Amino acid sequence: MKTRKLMMAAALAALLSVPAIAAEQFFPVLVYRTGAYAPNGTPWANGYVDYLKLVNAKGGINGVKITFEECEFGYATDRGVECYERLKGKSGGATLVQPLSTGVTFALTEKASVDKIPLITAGYGRSESANGAVFTWNFPLLGTYWVGADVAIQHIAKKEGGFDKLKGKKIALVYHDSPYGKEPIPLLQERAKMHGFDVMLLPVAHPGVEQKATWLQIRQNKPDYVLLWGWGVMNSTSLKEAQATGYPRDKMYGIWWAGAEPDVKDVGEGAKGYNAMTLQHGAEPNAKVVKDTLAMVHAKGQGTGPKEEVGSVLYMRGVLSAMLGVEGVRKAQERYGKGKTMTGEQVRWGLENLNLDQKTLDGMGFAGVMRPVQTSCLDHMGSSWVRVHTWDGAKWNFSSDWYQADDKVIRPMVMLASGKYAEEKKLKPRTPEECKQ
Amino acid sequence: MIYRENGQFKTSYAADQQIFPIAQDRWAVLAIVAFAFVGIPFLVDEYLFRAILIPFLILALAALGVNLLVGYCGQITLGAGAFMAVGAYAAYNFLIRIDGMPMLAAILLGGFVAAVVGIVFGIPSLRVRGLYLAMATLAAQFFWDWAFLRISWFTNNAPSGSVSVSNLELLGWSIDAPIEKYLFCLGLLALFALLAKNMTRSAMGRQWMAIRDMDVAAEVIGIRPMFAKLSAFAVSSFYLGVAGALWGFVHLGSWEPAAFSIDRSFQLLFMVIIGGMGSIMGSFFGAAFIVVLPIFLNQFLPWLGGLVGLHISTAGVSHAEFMIFGALIVFFLIVEPHGIARLWSTGKEKLRLWPFPH
Repeated sequence: MKTRKLMMAAALAALLSVPAIAAEQFFPVLVYRTGAYAPNGTPWANGYVDYLKLVNAKGGINGVKITFEECEFGYATDRGVECYERLKGKSGGATLVQPLSTGVTFALTEKASVDKIPLITAGYGRSESANGAVFTWNFPLLGTYWVGADVAIQHIAKKEGGFDKLKGKKIALVYHDSPYGKEPIPLLQERAKMHGFDVMLLPVAHPGVEQKATWLQIRQNKPDYVLLWGWGVMNSTSLKEAQATGYPRDKMYGIWWAGAEPDVKDVGEGAKGYNAMTLQHGAEPNAKVVKDTLAMVHAKGQGTGPKEEVGSVLYMRGVLSAMLGVEGVRKAQERYGKGKTMTGEQVRWGLENLNLDQKTLDGMGFAGVMRPVQTSCLDHMGSSWVRVHTWDGAKWNFSSDWYQADDKVIRPMVMLASGKYAEEKKLKPRTPEECKQ
Repeated sequence: MIYRENGQFKTSYAADQQIFPIAQDRWAVLAIVAFAFVGIPFLVDEYLFRAILIPFLILALAALGVNLLVGYCGQITLGAGAFMAVGAYAAYNFLIRIDGMPMLAAILLGGFVAAVVGIVFGIPSLRVRGLYLAMATLAAQFFWDWAFLRISWFTNNAPSGSVSVSNLELLGWSIDAPIEKYLFCLGLLALFALLAKNMTRSAMGRQWMAIRDMDVAAEVIGIRPMFAKLSAFAVSSFYLGVAGALWGFVHLGSWEPAAFSIDRSFQLLFMVIIGGMGSIMGSFFGAAFIVVLPIFLNQFLPWLGGLVGLHISTAGVSHAEFMIFGALIVFFLIVEPHGIARLWSTGKEKLRLWPFPH
């Protein structure tokens, strides 16, 4: 009799001591580790996943563990949509989605608002989605292609000695012929009208290994600068062609997709002097967050991908993208309850009220990596800081100070394009009152 | 035993010439169609609708179109993706440029424009055939790819070159939910499949088959090759155009020319070859094989690995998917060069004799 009571007591104690099931937050991870763009997609995915692991190693988001699942889509839009559909309902619902493809972003823009899942496109996607009144679920955090293009022109003007010196100059845009590559065109045309320079548009067909004709045109027309909106293998091909035609590499400026290690490594010395616009960060092997990742994730054998790539440009882009998502969740928890699982709608509020000042960023290990981000209901971009970095033949070094895109140029364009979108889709933009809810 | 036509006597020509002469076939197909309309909507979740069933239905329609041309008329084409693109962009332009244009009318008009384009690009078929014709249709693919990328009028001057459509509506019925999209596509597919089946049994279809089997002999018995070939191109392109418009409007919602790239053309051709050339049923088998199998493998392999305690990386799964998929294509082509449809009909033949094969 006594033993039975004892056993029951023990069982009860055991039952009580089992902790309540920990709350979890599910992050779907759309990646492309295969296909033509794998060299760029893989480090991004590694960084993204490593950062989620790092957050877990540090105890989660206020104790909420992050779960995640990868889905490979090979940069194909229809497979990307399939991945999204597959993951959006899993493990209690997707927190947010980061497609890393302009094509998939376009396809998901309408679906995300129906499913109430925020769509973060950190540094890519459609530029007009910075207007949060119309694009209520899109978050082009840390800048868009328009920001990149705007700063490129500012930087060139500075080199030339002022915007008035741009008159009569010829600037060529060598771009991947897809929505991604076409994004900067409206902004360049706007700037061209303002300062009187010529824009030469030189599209390159996917995947971009055939560029002889493009560079022949460059040789004939001798543009003063070349902007490179390339992608994957297209970038190294462009640089090799530039080398073959003798176009000076230091007059070439790439967007951040064309400014990572895989783009220039093959060309090595030949790419020396080539510049790229970084939206905030470059290669950051010395950042504290990188050291933390190495110590708390890779040292335990849980790292994703090779150790040597930790801290490379696109790896850092993955880390920053993940960080922004995690911080959105953290912010949402402040309002809706710490230690709880957040829904997509709550995370959207978090992302809309993101306020990462320099102190917070430094505390998280992003000192020197990025500048503050502050979003609002109407501004879903949060920051437009850009630096230029230059390839010295072995690594990327920053070669300029911080720039900020000119809001006077970009804002009216964003309002115009998003207004057109709202009209086409018969959407009613959110009013400031609705934002307060 | 069950599948036997004993005792089913035909007393009229109509009964003898119907699509499914065997009663069991008739009932089975009717049951499947009824199930697709009534049963599936209650059983299936959103993921299956959006990621598998809707793409399957639309690509089955496209495969049907390719099959009419390649399988029935024997004119090989590598431009299927281009005709889909023409349908999609034409429908888009009809929808946005004409006020109050109904969505269904836009889609059908897209099909008609594709048919006209198909006739134009089918003209070389009067002189060349086989691989040379494949080259000529390949030109269509590259030409339209180029046109939709470069000529901004087609995309309504969209800065990014990506166009999008929303608020689909059919006679006051707004097609938003996946189940509605599914039913809409299914309705069109059922209609067009019936039409295709009847077309292949009509004079026109017989002309196509005569041309396919031996064009000189067909000409000798009084078939006009020009009419037969161009009509096949027109009908096939119409189907492809409608499928393309559905792919853009219903499945993707917003698209760029890359959605109809050369890969899509090859994919459709493979569907027809694997499913069965010259078989309506084969188009469905082929579409199912090509659409569903990669996605199935992609999810099945990690699960299988999990069973034996093996963790396969995302890239590994993707590579394995390609390899297994490729191996299966080769396997099917070796085991049954006439496609899965032939496998199906052999199975039915065996069933009729069972259990006393001779």
